[in-house]
Amino acid sequence: MTLIRGRRILAGAMTLVAAAALAACGSKTTDGNTSAGVSADVSGDTVKVGLLNSLSGTMAISEVTVRDAITLAIEEINSAGGVLGKKIQPVGEDGASDWPTFAEKAEKLIREDRVAAVFGCWTSASRKAVKPVFEKNKALLFYPVQYEGLEQSPYIFYTGATTNQQIVPGLEYLKAQGAKSLYLVGSDYVFPRTANKIIKAYAEANGMTVLGEDYAPLGSTEFGTITNKVKSAGADAVFNTLNGDSNVAFFKEYKSAGLTAATMPVVSVSIAEEEVKSIGTQYLEGQLTAWNYYQTTPGAANEKFVAAYKAKYGADKPTSDPMEAAYVSVHLWKAMVEKAGTFDVEKVREAADGITFEAPEGLVTVDGATQHIAKTARVGKVGADGLIAEVWNSGQPITPDPYLKSYPWAGGLS
Amino acid sequence: MTVLIGQLFTGVSIGAVLLLIALGLALTFGQMGVINMAHGEFIMAGAYTTYVLQQVITAAGWSLLVALPVAFVVAGTMGVLLEVLLIRRLYARPLDTLLVTWGVSLILQQLARDVFGSPNVQTRAPELLTGNIALPGGITVANNRLFILALAGGAVVALTLALRLTRLGRRIRAVVQNRDLAAVSGIATARVDRTTFFIGSGLAGIAGVALTLLGPIGPTMGTNLIIDAFLVVVVGGIGQLKGTVIVAFALGVLQASGEYLTTLSVAKVMVFVAIVAFLQWRPQGMFTLRTRSLA
Repeated sequence: MTLIRGRRILAGAMTLVAAAALAACGSKTTDGNTSAGVSADVSGDTVKVGLLNSLSGTMAISEVTVRDAITLAIEEINSAGGVLGKKIQPVGEDGASDWPTFAEKAEKLIREDRVAAVFGCWTSASRKAVKPVFEKNKALLFYPVQYEGLEQSPYIFYTGATTNQQIVPGLEYLKAQGAKSLYLVGSDYVFPRTANKIIKAYAEANGMTVLGEDYAPLGSTEFGTITNKVKSAGADAVFNTLNGDSNVAFFKEYKSAGLTAATMPVVSVSIAEEEVKSIGTQYLEGQLTAWNYYQTTPGAANEKFVAAYKAKYGADKPTSDPMEAAYVSVHLWKAMVEKAGTFDVEKVREAADGITFEAPEGLVTVDGATQHIAKTARVGKVGADGLIAEVWNSGQPITPDPYLKSYPWAGGLS
Repeated sequence: MTVLIGQLFTGVSIGAVLLLIALGLALTFGQMGVINMAHGEFIMAGAYTTYVLQQVITAAGWSLLVALPVAFVVAGTMGVLLEVLLIRRLYARPLDTLLVTWGVSLILQQLARDVFGSPNVQTRAPELLTGNIALPGGITVANNRLFILALAGGAVVALTLALRLTRLGRRIRAVVQNRDLAAVSGIATARVDRTTFFIGSGLAGIAGVALTLLGPIGPTMGTNLIIDAFLVVVVGGIGQLKGTVIVAFALGVLQASGEYLTTLSVAKVMVFVAIVAFLQWRPQGMFTLRTRSLA
């Protein structure tokens, strides 16, 4: 009796599986037939844009701030008359820190909402997940976070730093400070491993020694041994590519081991004002970060940005590099559209080269060839107030070079 | 040499953390045969208790001291509720307790997310515990690690004494060795079970307080700890405090040496391989309980 019932359930389950498989095939064919790209719906007096960020899950802490900055930029543009005479209407979607969801929501924004451009994504994993969606539909994504480079897509504009605008200047700063040896600590996934490949190539070409390289699984909180290794190696500086919570445990352990910014400085590339606040200033005071923007960056454009952000979201909310890059990306898109005189994606892309914007970080220029932007690199020091104060900058915007083609030492990479 | 001693201390301190998170489990899983997957969430409850108390008591040192007994009671109470509402109905079906408590752990994680938000939170450590003691030869011993070591040691001693010397301890041991015989001898086994669960879960709360000194506090922190805790208890020998203590420190030192010689991920694999090999050789764990029960 049980056997028969078991079989029936099995048969039912198999029918379901078969049906699901058929449905999947069906949707694939439809997609294939309509891969010509969907043009944005601009028939009314508004134009829609997509906001695709994680509002829930592990990345929400960071991505919500990016969403807030994008919203601020849209409001500014709307109150100044909009784009090509049309008001921008944001359509928000939650990527939920889940890469397949990002791809699904991107598809929805492009095909159902028929948005003119999408702003968002944070992790490289989410960007890689949506990349084919934007390429297939010939739609535009503006990606606002520093990343590991070695990528280029005709349908993505990268407004965060690529490695030659953040990691390489960070190394140059250390070299100028007389650092002869480095220790690399990172999370065990694509960004730190790629970044460390680049760092090792740079070090070799510049007479620096990499004394050790250690990776901790994402979310790992046990740094006793890594700190011991770092300490006994006695490097001049530590280059930190840890992401997320691990930084908390790492810096707590670092301080308990008696290591400080004075004895062995740590340069981090994933800790901005928001993270400093949550890790705790007492653990980070005096440590270095490499970015393109800080809340303390001087200039009228930044004063205006910081004041507007705090007025809208609260005086205790800091601004950070990815937020600034996201804010800038909306303004850049507006300038591209106005130069092109249309929302048509191909025309907007053609118009992009040479577009400039007086950003909070200083003047930025779109490089049409790579679709990255020229940015000024900045090294900063964490102060007792939790803000980051600039100690060095590159003086002028650095031309983006995602594949590091202009650096002889980077020949064997990519 | 310095490195060696430093690593040894790291190993011992990892062991102390393992011991703290496994101690309560050794009591509830080891002595009662209940597989409590929500044990990690009791640890989380202890950590969040510290966080909440710090909002009220701003002096970090005092809030930590107050957190220890409060977290014990908070986590202990959660344990008793779990025992009364669900587990006591499943004593005869240990595998079902696994599923039920796993469900409870998911619910507790979501609850933490709703109450405290999904981003992790931090507590401020007392100034005294952020420093270190410098020994001759350049060896430094971190104060927070020493504190955790002392806490783990204290908990083991207290638990051992309680089990050996108190009336309650004798009852717990009697129930463990032969539940039916204990019952007919006039011991209220249900009440003993509840008390055991209170103490075991309360110890998880203490572990949670200790962990706030090392890393972030988040809804999923328990998931990362529960596996380590089970490993320690199973390898130590179910129902054996002695085994739990020895194995916790052994695994800590093994992990630290492995990490030093290779990498963190490889060291984790090494520890797992060592455990599997050990359990092939001694499936019953390091120590076994001799009982008269047939189970």
